[in-house]
Amino acid sequence: MANEAIQPNVLPQNPEKATLEGRNKYLGFWFFLGGETVLFASLFGTYLGLRNSYDGGPGPQDLFHLDLVFIMTMLLLTSSLTSVFAVINMKKGNFKKMLTWMWGTVILGLGFLGFEIYEFVVYYDQGLGYTVSAFASSFYTLVGTHGAHVTFGIAWIITLLIRYRKTGLTLANAPKFNTAVLYWHFIDVVWVFIFTVVYLLGVGG
Amino acid sequence: MSNSTAASKKSVLYDWLTTVDHKKIGIMYFFGGLFFFTIAGIEAMLMRIQLMFPEMGFVGEQTFNELLTMHGTTMLFLAAMPLFFAFMNFVVPLQIGARDVAFPFINSLGLWLFIFGGIILNISWMTGGGPDAGWTAYTPLSTTSGGHGVDYYVMGLQVAGAGTLMSAINFLVTIVNMRAPGMSMMRMPLFTWTTFVTSMLILFAFPALTIGLLLIMLDRIFGGAFFDVALGGNVVIYQHLFWIFGHPEVYILILPAFGIFSEVIPTFAKKRLFGYTAMVFATMIIGFLGFMVWAHHMFTVGMGPVANAIFAVATMAIAVPTGIKIFNWLLTLWGGRIKFTTANLFALAFIPSFVLGGVTGVQLAMSAADYQFHDTYFVVAHFHYVIIGGSVLGIFSATFYWWPKMFGYRLSETLGKWFFWLFLIGFHLTFFVQHFLGLMGMPRRVGSYLDGQGLNEMNFISSMGAFLMGFAFILLVINVLVSRKNTDNVQDPWDGRTLEWATTSPVQEYNFAQTPLVRDLDAFWYEKMEGDGRMKAAEPLDDIHMPNGSILPIFISLGFSILAFGVIYSQWWLMIVGGVFMFSMMFIRSIKEDHGYHIPVSEIKKEKGEG
Amino acid sequence: MENLSALDPRGPVAEMQLDLIMLSLYVMIFVIIVVFAIFTYVLVKFREKPGDTHIPKQVHGNRALEFIWTVIPIILLLILAVPNVMTQFTLADSGGADDDVDQELIDEDEEAEDVVRIEAHGHQFWWEFIYPDLDINAGQDMYIPTDTRVVVELEASDVIHSFWVPALAGKTDNVPGITNSLWLEAPEEGVYYGKCTELCGASHWLMDFKVLAVDPDTFDTWAENMAEPDEELTEPEGEVAVEGREVFENNCIQCHAVGDEGGPVGPNFTNFGERTVIAGFLDYNEENLVDWIRDPDSLKPDNEMPAFDENTISDDEMDALVEYVNELKVLE
Repeated sequence: MANEAIQPNVLPQNPEKATLEGRNKYLGFWFFLGGETVLFASLFGTYLGLRNSYDGGPGPQDLFHLDLVFIMTMLLLTSSLTSVFAVINMKKGNFKKMLTWMWGTVILGLGFLGFEIYEFVVYYDQGLGYTVSAFASSFYTLVGTHGAHVTFGIAWIITLLIRYRKTGLTLANAPKFNTAVLYWHFIDVVWVFIFTVVYLLGVGG
Repeated sequence: MSNSTAASKKSVLYDWLTTVDHKKIGIMYFFGGLFFFTIAGIEAMLMRIQLMFPEMGFVGEQTFNELLTMHGTTMLFLAAMPLFFAFMNFVVPLQIGARDVAFPFINSLGLWLFIFGGIILNISWMTGGGPDAGWTAYTPLSTTSGGHGVDYYVMGLQVAGAGTLMSAINFLVTIVNMRAPGMSMMRMPLFTWTTFVTSMLILFAFPALTIGLLLIMLDRIFGGAFFDVALGGNVVIYQHLFWIFGHPEVYILILPAFGIFSEVIPTFAKKRLFGYTAMVFATMIIGFLGFMVWAHHMFTVGMGPVANAIFAVATMAIAVPTGIKIFNWLLTLWGGRIKFTTANLFALAFIPSFVLGGVTGVQLAMSAADYQFHDTYFVVAHFHYVIIGGSVLGIFSATFYWWPKMFGYRLSETLGKWFFWLFLIGFHLTFFVQHFLGLMGMPRRVGSYLDGQGLNEMNFISSMGAFLMGFAFILLVINVLVSRKNTDNVQDPWDGRTLEWATTSPVQEYNFAQTPLVRDLDAFWYEKMEGDGRMKAAEPLDDIHMPNGSILPIFISLGFSILAFGVIYSQWWLMIVGGVFMFSMMFIRSIKEDHGYHIPVSEIKKEKGEG
Repeated sequence: MENLSALDPRGPVAEMQLDLIMLSLYVMIFVIIVVFAIFTYVLVKFREKPGDTHIPKQVHGNRALEFIWTVIPIILLLILAVPNVMTQFTLADSGGADDDVDQELIDEDEEAEDVVRIEAHGHQFWWEFIYPDLDINAGQDMYIPTDTRVVVELEASDVIHSFWVPALAGKTDNVPGITNSLWLEAPEEGVYYGKCTELCGASHWLMDFKVLAVDPDTFDTWAENMAEPDEELTEPEGEVAVEGREVFENNCIQCHAVGDEGGPVGPNFTNFGERTVIAGFLDYNEENLVDWIRDPDSLKPDNEMPAFDENTISDDEMDALVEYVNELKVLE
């Protein structure tokens, strides 16, 4: 079965960059991530400007629990790792294994998202409504925008996995998987910054 | 315009709505931009009528604030940028010898997002009044402004801005990956270079605007507290976000014009651009410094003397690369054989006009003196001098220069020169006196001014100048309509230097039957001087693969617009309908692979024979 | 117009700023002359003559020239940058404001200097001047003593405004939630015109105010009477004016204070009779005052003051009211 789908003899070493379309997509996506970086930098800047403005509502020290956030971080980091394995398998031509690893990424991502929703619900119950303070607005907007990116990433990867479940690896779909994984790494990196700037800084100082 | 087999199967309208051809997209950007330019021009005329005499009651104060907001917003986002995008789209792939852009579908999506965004913004006029907080939409004025005007502003710009960002990425990848053999980065025409740097600026600047607008939206519609001082908000954060976008935006508007002048001046001086390398690096330095100086718009907001001094010096530094450019243009003209065509007149008039705008820029950079200049008519005069004296003269120069290539006929030179002189005189008449008005105590964005404060005469002169500019613009429209018969000598009417002049006019759908081989900067001129006057081919004649058109960009833009209206009127169901529609269209695009079609050699040969 | 123009400075701050403006103007005129001269020469000398078909030499560039036109502008900019930075720090040294940077810059001897501290609050669309050390609240007219350093602390209650008195000093913004400051001095007595320069709503262009520089003795009298008005001054003279006070107390005093009685929503009225304009821009006369009270929104759109029609204040009552407020003076 696996041997039928994969055609390692036909595909070149780096199938995701073998065609001009593939190279365009790859480069274009890097540029896009450059723009996304500015987007998140703006949100981080706003959050840093407002993180002490929690008059009348709960502040970071009342809310954040590092154990929960640590589990979320681990989930997301691991999901990045599985997507790396997926790409390694793509380059080896093991399409089936690639799909399996990608599903792992999806499941871990869903787990992260579940914890994030749980986290927001808990904070809301503790009195941190969106409109309570400037801190609340900027916290939910920064972390929520990241959460929206995770959601979009999961939806994107699931779409690819279902669409190409039977086609095998081609020069047309290799760039798509590759860019989706690139995107996933990016949101992972953003989370590392959120973990540091929002949670560690919030609890520590 | 181009007669492809695919087009003949569909209706003309459907062809234009679904096209992914960079040339047709460029032409649609042009007319879209021109349409909004006209609207914003009319808004300017209404304001100048109101300011013609003191204490006029021509339009009310509220309407005046809406006019000034919409004039600025429309001119920058919906007129100047799309007009530059028109030329970038049309010309850059030709200049680098490419068949199309890197992402034809995204290119089309960018166009339709711009058009839908522009429509959303202008619908505000019909639904209770436009936005009234200035094009800068400073908080908390924008977050507390009544009605839905500012909501339209926010969502209209989000929709249009998303399209701009996509187009920028498209240009970047096109320029990096799609150049013809032999065209190294340092052989690229200057217009392509400035497109590249401009796209970089858009890529890194627009997301800051996206967030600034997002925060206004969250405050206005979802009860956020970013700019609510009572809940710990900070209104100055918005100014930083806005100007981190806003200052690069200024260079987004001027760099393409620099590129245009760097094409037009060498062509009509019959000389290679003087100091090409210096010009390229000056462009990059201007682009880089553009991100380092945003706070010079905020000298009076209370940042303290240290920050003010740093940003003042950084801002002055921009004068150096700009000066390098001015002198390189002058030296390009030096020793040349200068032909005064309309296109070149606009390019030449740019030099003194822009220098006047540039020197006031240096004056404004002096933070301590800026306490007097800031937010007065001096600033209004300054930025109109750089935007009209730079960007708009550039757009008009490009219009006359590339018109034969884009539309297959030449604009009338006689009418063109009338247009040029009236416009130029009107422009200086309008804005020169405004320097003095500002220093004599007239703040900007005032709906009127009191009698007896010595401001009457100059305001009257300024209004007269504005009317002259408006009248001159009508001559351009007439020119476009009456010149259609000038279809002779359109392939290379100016004895051009760059690759676009090596194609037919109008350009074939596939641009080049064979990808050209580039042997020097000014590739076409090199072949004229050293070769046989025709581009050498870099590949044998073969079938050409082209992408299919698609209606999805319009549907995606429509979905986004429905979502935007949902936000404007806080209707969750409408947001969900729009969002679901938009994402399903993107989903369809994602799973449906476009295999494109091939134009056979036989047809290319046939068209070559005709051309 | 006199006392409105930045080009005709009447105080040391505006003078320093005009000096900088003129310095930059001279340097810039030099630049303009150089560019225009080369430009004109090139266009005349190298224009295409009839029948000329030669191909000009395709020059690539010139390192030496590039170097020259990089270095000369840098020198010119240094000529501007150095005095600018110096003036910038002098202007920030307001000698009384409380942000950190300012404190560092205050010299010991300067701290001892006698300064008048005024909080200027921007409202849509009027100005409130609070003298915290003198316990004064004044509306629209800012009285200052001549030859004395005045530190203005800028605050805003609704949106951003900007405080600009061109003849005395450049502007600084009134930002909600933030206190900015500037200083100014007026050596000569006079009335200086001030404007709001940050778009703040429909009536932004009518948000004018005045700075009245009076000699220190007069200022002291003014300050004393504003803080604690004499019975003589507040007590209306004549029957009509007494009736007017009643009308005022029934309709106006919730928003407009006289002395220490009344609300802070609108401009303080203790010295209303000494204004030269109503609402910041209307000539002070009975007709305008009545028009204003009857329908403020048509004269200054979106302002907070409600309209008082004939049912609320009859024509007779209105006459009495006008009589009363005309008499509200502190400098007699």
